[in-house]
Formats: sequence, C-alpha cells, structure tokens
Amino acid sequence: MASNAAPGDFAPVIRAEYERTDLGDAKLEDVQRKLPLAETLWNSAAFRKTLILLGLAMIWQIYGVWLDNPMIFPTMGETLSALLSNIANGTIPVRLLATLKVLVVGYVIGVILATVFTTIAVSSRLGTDLLSTLTAMFNPLPAIALLPLALLWFGLGTPSLVFVIVNSVLWAVALNMHTGFLTVSETMRMAGQTFGLRGMRYVVQLLIPAAFPAILAGLKIGWAFAWRTLIAAELVFGVSSGQGGLGWFIFENRNLLDTPAVFAGLLTVMAVGLFVEGVIFRFIENRTVRKWGMQRG
Amino acid sequence: MSSQETNRLDRRTASRPAQDAEPSALLNINGVTLQYKTPDHLVTATYRVSFNIETGDRFVLLGPSGCGKSTLLKSIAGFMPPVEGDIALKGRKVKRPGPDRAMVFQEFDQLLPWKTVRENVAFPLKINGIPNDEADRRAAEMIQKVNLAKFLDVFPHMLSGGMKQRVAIARAMAMRPDVLLMDEPYAALDALTRRKMQDELLTLWEELRFTLVFVTHSIEEAVLLGTRILVLSPHPGQVRAEINTHQFHSSNADSPEFAATCARIRGMLFGDAATAH
Ligand SMILES: Nc1ncnc2c1ncn2[C@@H]1O[C@H](COP(=O)(O)OP(=O)(O)O)[C@@H](O)[C@H]1O
Ligand SMILES: [Mg+2]
Repeated sequence: MASNAAPGDFAPVIRAEYERTDLGDAKLEDVQRKLPLAETLWNSAAFRKTLILLGLAMIWQIYGVWLDNPMIFPTMGETLSALLSNIANGTIPVRLLATLKVLVVGYVIGVILATVFTTIAVSSRLGTDLLSTLTAMFNPLPAIALLPLALLWFGLGTPSLVFVIVNSVLWAVALNMHTGFLTVSETMRMAGQTFGLRGMRYVVQLLIPAAFPAILAGLKIGWAFAWRTLIAAELVFGVSSGQGGLGWFIFENRNLLDTPAVFAGLLTVMAVGLFVEGVIFRFIENRTVRKWGMQRG
Repeated sequence: MSSQETNRLDRRTASRPAQDAEPSALLNINGVTLQYKTPDHLVTATYRVSFNIETGDRFVLLGPSGCGKSTLLKSIAGFMPPVEGDIALKGRKVKRPGPDRAMVFQEFDQLLPWKTVRENVAFPLKINGIPNDEADRRAAEMIQKVNLAKFLDVFPHMLSGGMKQRVAIARAMAMRPDVLLMDEPYAALDALTRRKMQDELLTLWEELRFTLVFVTHSIEEAVLLGTRILVLSPHPGQVRAEINTHQFHSSNADSPEFAATCARIRGMLFGDAATAH
C-alpha cells in the first residue's frame, strides 16, 4: 500500500495541465432539483412525529382492549369519548380556564419580578451577588414544597397558588436573563456605546435583544415549571371555594374511580403543554431568534 | 491643496511630534500610558505614546500582536481612560465613547443580528436624533457605496464575513464621524476578499476623504492603506517610528520601493526582537 511507503520515498507524479472553457453548459436541474414526494414527506419532522403518535395510539388501543379493564387502563376510545363528553358538558373548559387564570397571573408577576431583580443585578456588583445568592438558595427548591407554608400564610385559595407559581417562575427566569446579559459580546456592547447608547436605552435597545435567546429560554423554562407546579398544587390542595382547576378535576375523578376521565384530564394537561411549547413559543422563536439567525434548528 | 500637503509633510518630518504637541491636529495623543488591572497583575499595554493625526490622514497603527494597538484604539474611542497623558479630539479631551468616533471591529458580531442591513446602518443615526426618513435615506446611500444595495433588507446572518465588514464600514461612515477607527477589520477574512476590501476602502476614501485610524499587524496592509504609519515596539507598546507611505497605492504595490519600505519596517520590528533577546 502506498501509505506504507517511507516518507521521501516518492516523487510528485507530473500530469498534463488543462483548462476548461465549457463551464456554461451545466444544466440548471442538476444544480437544483425537486425531491420526490415520498422523500419530501419523510424529511418533514411533523410527518415523522405524526407517524409515531399514530403508532403509540394503536399500541394503547390494542393493550386497552386486551386488558379489558377500563377502571385500571381505559382504551383510547373510552378516553376520547370521556374527553369529548367532558368538553361538551363544559367541565374541562371551565376547569382549564380556572387553571390558566391562576397560571397567567402567577407567570406575569414572576416575569416582572425577574426583570426587576435582573435590572438590579446588572446595575451593581452587590445586586449581582444578591441575585446569585437568592437563585442559588431558591432555584433548587421545588416550588411545590412551599405550598404548605403558602397555605398557612394565604389560606386555601388562589393567592397560595400564585405565590407558589411566582416562586417557580422567578428564579429560573431571573437566572437565565442574567446569564443572557452577561454573555452579550464585548464587541456588541462597545458598538452600542460608540453610537451614544446609554442608560435605559442601552438596556432596552441593545442588551435585551442581544440577550433574547437566553431570555426566551428562561421564559420557556419558567412556563414549564409553572405549569407542572400548578397542576401538582391543584392535585393536592386545589379545591378553592368549590371551583377547582384541571388538577382538581383529575383528583376528583380518581376518587370517583372514573379512570377514563382521569386520562382525559391528563391528555388535556399534555395538550396544553404541547400547545404552549410547540405553537406559542415556537411562533415567538420563528418571529425572533430564528429569523435573526441567533438560534438554529 | 498640494502645497498644503507638502507643508504638512514638512512640518511632520521636521519636528518630533512627541515634543511639541500641535494643538491644530485633529486628534492629539499625548504621552499616553494605558494599563490593565487584573486581579493579580498590572499589565502595561502602551507606554508614553504620542502622535498627531491630521484631517484626511489614513493613519496606521502597526505593531506585533499584543503590543497594545487595540488598547490604544479603545482609548481613542473613549473606552479606556489613560493612566498618564491625554487624548484630545479637535482640542477637546476624550472622556467617553461617542458618535464622533465611529469604530469598526475585527469581529463579525459587531452587527446587531435582529436588525436588517439597512436598519443596522440607520440605527446609530436614529439614536442620535436624525429623523427616520433622513436616516433611512443616508443608510441606503452608504450601503450603495459599499456595493451592498442588493442586500438592504437582509439580516446579517445571511451575509458572508466580507459583506458584514462592509456593512460595519457603511454604518460607521453613515454617522459622518470625525475619525473612523478600524481595528484589524480584515484580519479574519480570506486573502482574496481582504485584497478586494482594501481596494474598496481606498476607493471610498478617494470619494469621501475621511480621517482613518487603522490598526493592523500586517506590514503590507499598513504600507498599502496608510498615508502614515506609526510603528509600535512590543511589550509595552512604545513609539518606534513614524513613516510616510502616502506614495503607495494598489497600482504600485508590486514596485521595488513598496518592497523596500516593507523590508525597512520589518527590520524595525524584528530587529528589535533580535536585540532584546
Ligand atoms: N482585558 C484585558 N485584561 C488584561 N490584559 C489585557 C486585556 N486586553 C489586553 N491585555 C493585554 O494588553 C496587551 C495589549 O493588548 P492588545 O491591545 O489587545 O494588543 P494588540 O491589539 O496590539 O494585539 C497585551 O499584553 C494583552 O495581554
Ligand atoms: Mg488587537
């Protein structure tokens, strides 16, 4: 083999030179050509995921029919009919609305507080220390663990839930925002300053958009924490003045041994989670960081 | 015009700028020492550097890597106050960054990714109170001058490195600054693109006649682009020489005089290193 030859063993092989003048002849379809339909479909992630979902649904249905015990494991058909009837009689929409109301209030308060904390943190060294100490303390604490304390302080009801959600959102979002600000490149900061950007305008017109990928990541994590925390909190202590949320709907139906309705509640929780992550946040990403080339994929 | 030119050259060669600071110069750097404080070191980047820059100069700061060129440029831009000496633009002491000293960096991320090419160029104008339509008009005009008219509404991530640097130059020039500061703007480009960009910069200068302070570690680039070169010695940066190179253009870059000037500067830079060790 040639690669076994000792170094210096071979001389360059001299070949004839050539130059082409007929480059204009390449056909356009060779440069850019449409792929066949099957390949285009298979390249679409949505299509592949739909196939997976259909596969899972089939396995579920077959297992449910084979087990034949709707109280332990209802079939997909039973679950869907429970879902539809609970939507039709207004139970799930009302419960979902109750949950979302609490969620939005808690989330908004959490994000506003995170913004305030981050602003304090970037404007002074003591502020940075304050934020990093507080996040180090509270971020590892599952917000749900604060629920007993919240109930003691605020009683059984919405304020307790909001308190817990604010705690689950605040630290995650503040941590990400702060990291985002710190990672804005020195070049970009200096460029902004040579334009004469200073003070609040510097923060709003340069730091925030430059840190937007990290801020958005923080908002997503905050949402995920808030959603899980809220459902869990409702499951445990969720009945406030007779009108519980989605978590309470699941808990209630378990007590009634109406397992298809429990499954329907879980499906709703998943669907809302997927909708917010896959549609709302995806939409924001497409309009911002993806369009700006700050994030791929 | 030409008699003024020779007059200026005479004055420069006849006097040592470090001794008699000329208050008439556009930019006056007088005995500037710059230091970095790290937690356990005090790094002196430049030591008592003095020079003057006149209106219309293409003034090059040349020196080996780490000799403090970028630091000096940052200080002129107003990011770093000198520990000793002072910097004055039009007789006023430089205290903080401002739109009268536009800067082009080596890094491509100096453009704002969330703004299109036009918005990037118009942004500093709008910040400084120029009405929107006037800013947009000036931006488009400047983008035209750097040959990017087709890319007005494109986001920076879709541009090549050379195009990004062109946008950065357009953005800086649209501000109509007193001086344009450039820190190795072409160092990260491939050789062909770099050559093209150098020619474009010279053409732009012929057209607009701005004052340029250009940092590089490439001797050829310095001789080609500069009208005058400040040669800095390494660690800490001190003034080694000032050399006139206004006679060189891309048309005579192959001439023996060009090569001789490069060799002379190379001797200054590497001769230093040979005697120091
Ligand atoms: N942020 C910094 N902190 C500490 N030292 C620095 C910093 N930036 C540069 N230096 C030091 O200052 C000297 C000059 O750096 P610089 O101006 O970047 O050189 P050049 O641009 O000529 O390559 C170098 O020795 C470098 O290590
Ligand atoms: Mg440098």
